[in-house]
Amino acid sequence: MIAYILRRIAQSVLVMLVVALVSFSLFRFVGDPVATMMGQEASQADRVALRERLGLNDPVVVQFAVFIGRAATGDFGISYRLQQPVMELILSRLPATLELALISGVLAFVLGVSLGVYTALNRRGWLSAAIMSTSLIGVSLPTFLIGVLLIWVFAVELQWLPSFGRGEVVTIGFWRTGLLTESGRASLVLPSITLGLYQMTLIMRLVRAEMLEVLRTDYIKFARARGLPNRAVHFGHALKNTMVPVITITGLQLGSIIAFAIITETVFQWPGVGALFINSVQFVDIPVMAAYLMLIALIFVVINLVVDLLYYAVDPRLRVDRANARH
Amino acid sequence: MTAPLLSVRDLKVTFPTRRGLLTALDGVSFDIAAGEVLGMVGESGAGKSLTGAAIIGLLEPPGRISGGEIRLKGERIDNLPPEAMRRVRGRRIGMVFQDPLTSLNPLYTVAQQIIETIRTHSDVSEAEARRKAIALLDRVGIPAAARRIDDYPHHFSGGMRQRVVIALALCVEPELVIADEPTTALDVSVQAQIIDLIKEICAERGASVLLITHDMGVIAETADRVAVLYAGRLAEIGPVRDVILNAEHPYTKGLMGSIPTLTQESDRLVQIPGAMPRLNAMPPGCAFNPRCAHAFDRCRSQRPDPIDRPGNRQVACWLHAPEAAHG
Repeated sequence: MIAYILRRIAQSVLVMLVVALVSFSLFRFVGDPVATMMGQEASQADRVALRERLGLNDPVVVQFAVFIGRAATGDFGISYRLQQPVMELILSRLPATLELALISGVLAFVLGVSLGVYTALNRRGWLSAAIMSTSLIGVSLPTFLIGVLLIWVFAVELQWLPSFGRGEVVTIGFWRTGLLTESGRASLVLPSITLGLYQMTLIMRLVRAEMLEVLRTDYIKFARARGLPNRAVHFGHALKNTMVPVITITGLQLGSIIAFAIITETVFQWPGVGALFINSVQFVDIPVMAAYLMLIALIFVVINLVVDLLYYAVDPRLRVDRANARH
Repeated sequence: MTAPLLSVRDLKVTFPTRRGLLTALDGVSFDIAAGEVLGMVGESGAGKSLTGAAIIGLLEPPGRISGGEIRLKGERIDNLPPEAMRRVRGRRIGMVFQDPLTSLNPLYTVAQQIIETIRTHSDVSEAEARRKAIALLDRVGIPAAARRIDDYPHHFSGGMRQRVVIALALCVEPELVIADEPTTALDVSVQAQIIDLIKEICAERGASVLLITHDMGVIAETADRVAVLYAGRLAEIGPVRDVILNAEHPYTKGLMGSIPTLTQESDRLVQIPGAMPRLNAMPPGCAFNPRCAHAFDRCRSQRPDPIDRPGNRQVACWLHAPEAAHG
């Protein structure tokens, strides 16, 4: 078990190094940072001085090592555009994105699993048919269109919910949360539905397909033959087996929810890291882009690690160290 | 003679399909006395497993019992509401499936599965159920049962898993055990052990057994009586010795002739020409008539019902009709 975790962590570190290399090359290939920072009127001497100060004259390998060393301590330099430390910028924006992603993730998972189980168990019901056809909309409509439609219906026509921003926020330590105020929660509704709808339909279809598969297995038949009540068969025996692949997909989806919150954040003017990234792209603010890239990679890697460990907890067959030669 | 434990009368199972109604079991009748082992043989698709599934109330939809009745100790069980039938399953009728590798839920320990089954049907404490489970595993021949009980199914070999499956089927002491090809998926060396175990443990508890198999050898060693199914109809039923040594139905004769023996002189096995008719292409009259060497006009036009024969036997063949006039 320990060896397995260590091996997975080593792999994760390797992935992060590769991503770091990509982020690092951003600085080198997307224009000369000195030119971007100093503007037209700077003298050649100033340029040389800055070049020296930034360490741009060192060998590439040394620069990369310095970059990684700083990144490991959370130092990604100063934003060209906002003239603030990048890490500070990201940390101040991160709570908004994480709250949004978490709410949509939970929404997608809970609704996805329950609807998936319902449609699998009531395969022939008209409600299942209706849910399945509606889910096609979720799968096929692009996120921005769903967002715009929701804004049009619930914010413009019905005027039930706000159409942009986070509402009032409360600051707890460095974390600015919108979950504690009425307007904050109201502002979360439309963006989290927009962000989570695709994931929800995906999870729902996956759960349904897996569940139908599991319900056909011998051990389910045997569980019925032993007279176990439907509840125990469906939720004890079938659902647990269904969850094994669903956990993986859901974990990966949570990563994409955070990474691709960009579109939703743009549509709803949500002050998260996605919006920060979009603005940085417009201004070629490379330190922010590099840091964002690293952050998203880190989130993916961590989620993957957690998913693998969850897998391990759910499926005893993976706990090989115990199983060896026990017959 | 006392009333039989299980009494099946004119059982008819049909599957509606796009091309009309398929009759998979047609007018099957037999009894199983208390403590008796009834073997059921027939080739693949003859309806053996379907008979078992119909008795325990687990026919796969859209298949359904469309005629006849099944009585357990005189009480009809084929038309019970689902919840009542569930309480019969496991509690009064246990079932052992073909493949022990897939009959157990891989995500639960053996203890969890047995204890859950015991506690579903009887009001005992967790600790009490566990004690019973260990005793039972010990009885079915799992070495170090008290320790092995907390293992997962994948920790056991195929033969051991089938022992666990038997323990599960018997854990609430059912009056009837349906064993559906219990040894087909096992190594030859383990088959005899498992068959002996089923026979012994059921004899100990006074449970009757419906042993479904296509292995005549297993029937000969284990069963008291044997029922031969052909194309969803009962061909012959009687005490196992008489049927094997002196088969009356031409199909049974053919079956017996196809068993290799050491004393046999010819080096080719006798086989029955042709194949069993498909359910949607049943010949008029006797289902076996196209392959029967003794068929005469009546066989091609009129379907034979089981005819009582001396020695507590029945055979569905016009050759044995009292008024039989050959050709």
